[in-house]
Amino acid sequence: MLSSPTVRTSLIFLGIALVGLLFADIAITASNPWRDLGNFFLGVITPNFFSSEGLMTALLRTVAFAFVGVALGSACGFLLSLVYHLLPVRIFCAFIRAIHELFWALIFLQFFGFHPLTGVLAIAIPYSGIFAKVYSEILDEADPEPGRLLPPRTGVIAAFLYTRIPDCWVQLRTYTAYRLECGLRSSAILGFVGLPTLGFYLESSFSQGLYSDAGAMLILFYVLIATMPLWVKPKLLPVYVLGAPFFLGEGLPIVWGNMERFFTKDIVPSPLRDGEGLAGLLPWLSDLMINEALPGIWNTLVLTQIALVATGILTLLAFPLISNHFGGPVRRTSGHVFLVIARSTPEYILAYILLQLWGPSMLPAVVALALHNGGIIGHLIGRQTNSIHLRPDAPTGFNRYSWELVPRVYRSFLAFLFYRWEIIMRETAILGILGIYTLGFYVDSAIQNIRFDRAMILILITALLNIGIDALGRYIRRKLALQTMPTC
Amino acid sequence: MSGFDLTGLTASFGGERVIGPLSLRVQQGEKVALVGKSGAGKSTLMRLIHERVDRESSLVPQDLGLVNALPVFHNVFMGQLDKHSAWYSTVTLIRPFFRDRDKVREILQALGMSEKLWMPTASLSGGQRQRVAIARALYRNAPVLLADEPISALDGPMAHLVMQLLRQRFATSVIALHDVEMALKYCNRIVGIQDGQVALDEASDHLKAADIMSLY
Repeated sequence: MLSSPTVRTSLIFLGIALVGLLFADIAITASNPWRDLGNFFLGVITPNFFSSEGLMTALLRTVAFAFVGVALGSACGFLLSLVYHLLPVRIFCAFIRAIHELFWALIFLQFFGFHPLTGVLAIAIPYSGIFAKVYSEILDEADPEPGRLLPPRTGVIAAFLYTRIPDCWVQLRTYTAYRLECGLRSSAILGFVGLPTLGFYLESSFSQGLYSDAGAMLILFYVLIATMPLWVKPKLLPVYVLGAPFFLGEGLPIVWGNMERFFTKDIVPSPLRDGEGLAGLLPWLSDLMINEALPGIWNTLVLTQIALVATGILTLLAFPLISNHFGGPVRRTSGHVFLVIARSTPEYILAYILLQLWGPSMLPAVVALALHNGGIIGHLIGRQTNSIHLRPDAPTGFNRYSWELVPRVYRSFLAFLFYRWEIIMRETAILGILGIYTLGFYVDSAIQNIRFDRAMILILITALLNIGIDALGRYIRRKLALQTMPTC
Repeated sequence: MSGFDLTGLTASFGGERVIGPLSLRVQQGEKVALVGKSGAGKSTLMRLIHERVDRESSLVPQDLGLVNALPVFHNVFMGQLDKHSAWYSTVTLIRPFFRDRDKVREILQALGMSEKLWMPTASLSGGQRQRVAIARALYRNAPVLLADEPISALDGPMAHLVMQLLRQRFATSVIALHDVEMALKYCNRIVGIQDGQVALDEASDHLKAADIMSLY
């Protein structure tokens, strides 16, 4: 067993996470966490859909921001995918997708203010980078043979439309639909920085202890996502995309002077702005590195590694819940419900709720990340086991789990896990806004203190860290010869 | 010009030479059958010829090269994609023009499958898919036909119908065939390939099936 590279890699990561636990701040600090949790669940089962009309407006805005953002992102991403083979384009895309939607929103808020453009661009920009990468991967998979058979002198556009697009059409559509679902989640959490979407509503309900209102919001959000196949129809899409911009709300007008100030003054490192020149830059930078960047990086890494392993453990525990290889329709139905809820709730919302209930520490973040990501991978692996045919006399129960199923799905399990590594890190960084000392915490405090120069450097560091983890994840997947689909 | 004269045809695979060096001269009006046992290098030679005479040829490759997600019509229409402007092709992708529909239907009729015009290619059987690739080559209407085992998935009568059609529509052709009887019947020159070299090159009138069998 130990000689298998996949087992060895798993054990190394488990070891890193255990060492990380020694340094991590894991605690429940709330005075009565279980009562709060009980109240919250009571709120979920006694939802109040009629407390204010704000809820419906928030729902509408959430959908509108998601549609406009994802549509814009997919259009730009498609154009970028056509030139994705150029190195500068790849670097550009890697960079814009390494910065979380909420960071983009925090940046745009500084100069567009609470204008709809802030929310739209916060979704559209990182999504363009993701779309560009995945679209180009899908297009590259198209069978090249029909293209070679075309008469010479065939136009580039006609050749592309006839030989590349039809082959990939289904995959492009599936992936875009999947991203629309992600867009709804992104749009919801944009409310946490003040945009008029569900997150805003959730935060205000929670801060007033209105758990039934919060419960109603969560239930509506699940219904919205679960019913997507019913209301997102190809024929209706143009209506949604063209109509959505009219439902983004007015927001506040853009003050263009802010924009100029932001780029020419705010983000210029303060020593340069104050005329101290390069001599002042070095102490400023080292102060930033030692007091904010390094602790932020350390905490982000520790939390990411713990959350990654927790996700893996949860996945392995959760996938049998929906697998056909174990008995019980009741178990399977409840398993499906659990996994749907776990994967449709954005990590950020889960972390926010748990943080309110348990008090600030890394624990709510780890649990939130593990629940959400474990839900996603558990669902995929569970579905994969359903296509496995076991011999009629295969063992049952735990032996079936450990001897027949886990060995068969372990490689794709690892592949998905390493694919989501970078995503987990991006979320870990952003959870800092909730008060956990990851990079997001230092970015958020810098912005609160109107020190945008520092915030920009920290966001840049976060992006580079993500790009690094992404590259490492890809290296490990290649080294272990693991393959995944992009829709995860 | 619709004949061609190729020299120095070679191909290597993994450092080992699989074809040539050999020369092949085909004159207008010649219908050449490439015969030889599988692995002799027929497909490789076919590819080499296609690379050299690209602009002048209608090709039916062994793996057909169909776009599975598109209907039969569009797969056939692709044979003349160079004849139309980008906007014309784009409109056709959504809603084909009547004159093109008629022309494509005519070709499919000759191949006995006009009712499949709007079927997605992915849903067709192997023989039907092969006929779509042949229809595309016919629609392309180049002066030279290059076909690699174009009747391998067709039953007897259909195979004869297709070979007849190809002989009638293309003045000059090079067709790789494993069926010796077919080669003798529909081609006027037989080129036998053995170990990547031309082992036989005769007019088919001078040959009997037994003469060719020595290659196998």
